[in-house]
Amino acid sequence: MLNITEKILARASGKTKVSPDDVIFANVDKVMVHDVSGPGVIAVFEKLKKTGMKIEKLWAPEKVWVAEDHFVPAADKISAQNVVLLTQFTKEYGIEKHFKYGMGQYGICHTLSHEEAMVLPGEVYVGGDSHTNTTGALGAFAAGLGHTDVAYVLLNGKIWFKVPETIYFKLNGKLPDYVMAKDLILKIIGDIGTDGGAYKTMQFGGSGISEMSVEERLTLTNMTTEAGAKSGIIEPDQKLRDYLAQRGATNYSEVRGDPDAQYEKIYEYEASELDPIVAKPFSPENVTVARELSSISLDKAYIGSCTGAKLEDLRAVAKILKGRKVKIRTEVLPAAISIFRKAMDEGLLKIFMDAGAMVGPPTCGACCGAHMGVLAKDEVCISTTNRNFPGRMGHVESKTYLASPLVAAASAITGKITDPRDIK
Amino acid sequence: MKGSVIKYARDNIDTDVILPGPYLKIHDYNELAKHAMEGIDKDFHKKVKPGDFIVAGKNFGCGSSREHAPIALSYSGVKAVLALSFARIFYRNAVDGAFLLPIEIEESTYNDISEGDQLEIETSKNEIRNVTKNTIYKIKPFPELIGKIIAAGGLFNYKP
Repeated sequence: MLNITEKILARASGKTKVSPDDVIFANVDKVMVHDVSGPGVIAVFEKLKKTGMKIEKLWAPEKVWVAEDHFVPAADKISAQNVVLLTQFTKEYGIEKHFKYGMGQYGICHTLSHEEAMVLPGEVYVGGDSHTNTTGALGAFAAGLGHTDVAYVLLNGKIWFKVPETIYFKLNGKLPDYVMAKDLILKIIGDIGTDGGAYKTMQFGGSGISEMSVEERLTLTNMTTEAGAKSGIIEPDQKLRDYLAQRGATNYSEVRGDPDAQYEKIYEYEASELDPIVAKPFSPENVTVARELSSISLDKAYIGSCTGAKLEDLRAVAKILKGRKVKIRTEVLPAAISIFRKAMDEGLLKIFMDAGAMVGPPTCGACCGAHMGVLAKDEVCISTTNRNFPGRMGHVESKTYLASPLVAAASAITGKITDPRDIK
Repeated sequence: MKGSVIKYARDNIDTDVILPGPYLKIHDYNELAKHAMEGIDKDFHKKVKPGDFIVAGKNFGCGSSREHAPIALSYSGVKAVLALSFARIFYRNAVDGAFLLPIEIEESTYNDISEGDQLEIETSKNEIRNVTKNTIYKIKPFPELIGKIIAAGGLFNYKP
């Protein structure tokens, strides 16, 4: 009667059974830090050393991997220095899996987690970033932690968790044309609110999820963070096995919930009833259907991030932009180099550039308002990213509307928020 | 703990306003403190005093996992945040890093406390005394593990 999350956490804590609210120390299988949380962890190590603690080696350097994503290409001297620090750190502690900007494959950490099959079904994965939840679509328990907690894992190989309640979201039927996973998750967050999943696991299933590609599923789990969830998860199936096999991963120990698994609550959605959805400023829960916002004029369309710049996201954008011209500043930043390359090989980048859009390197830069295209005061942006808090993408008085890649592309063509079904 | 209240009567105070994204590259804790709450209150750094408490609505600290958020508040002098509820990563960062106490309060307590009120917090007695209003509010004890980590002075000092 255990669900997948309870089974993974039971196995990881050496128990036969765990229940919601149990506090456990779980053994961790994989850990990730990036160019923000890495230097944060280094600062924690320094603080600990000053208290007299000896830190000579990590618990298991082979289980640790490192991404450069937030401030690359180096935004300024401090961020350049942070990448230097990170490189020293990986050398000092013998971490070999360091995806470096400008040296082949690199990209946004969550995108690498699936592109490179860094995390496998049944594993406990923690990362120094809130959107670590993304990777739960691979059938793993994946949760974000802060610097102190990640430092603790790096030295001890385990961390405490309160076993979460699970809310189950069942999608009946295949999503209609022009409706994407982003629309479904925005609808869900609109329904349950930005704390509707707080401290809980959000699990997705049903025939609509079986029909959905692995990349689309990753959009769902990615944005469970925006509902405050500890993790998002989807049970493994053949589609996932094929996806992982294409990336060279075949050896893992899958976990699935019992047929009579317990869930705190079950929500059901009929795919055929869903429309393209947009989250208005300044919260992901502030949603409405795209058609109701057709009077909103835009300054920019941003297609990027771990949420909305996977290969299928770019294909969706290309479907709209092909043979058309953008009316507003439009930026397309594939989320990893492997995706950038496939987009190039498939001719997607040419479609973007022919439409007048700018193509840029993988980075979290503008999504978190740090660099590489931040917004000015009063500028209005439609974005395939995951957050639209005040100041999230630039000036505190700029405005971000969150949408699917199809809605963002359609809006880039018209200069106003546009339902892709209305593009002729 | 004794201090005065800075109150933000709103829900969902997220990490992007507690410590905006452009400062994520900074890991000097005192430097981070200069930018605390900048997204919501540009004068915070000038008005905050050592020992102050922040009072806020539900889901305080939602958004990113940046430990910069509790660090910036802690190094500004904030000893505790009193909120209707907390986002999970902010909560565990505050406790595990021993930066400040995240204290959940009741709706009636939240409504009664005003900006500038002097409070005395005694977690051992599970109560907050509002010196200005001469009132006592009960608070729930911390969950067992959280209480032990706080007592140990952070996760690294806690022995399971």
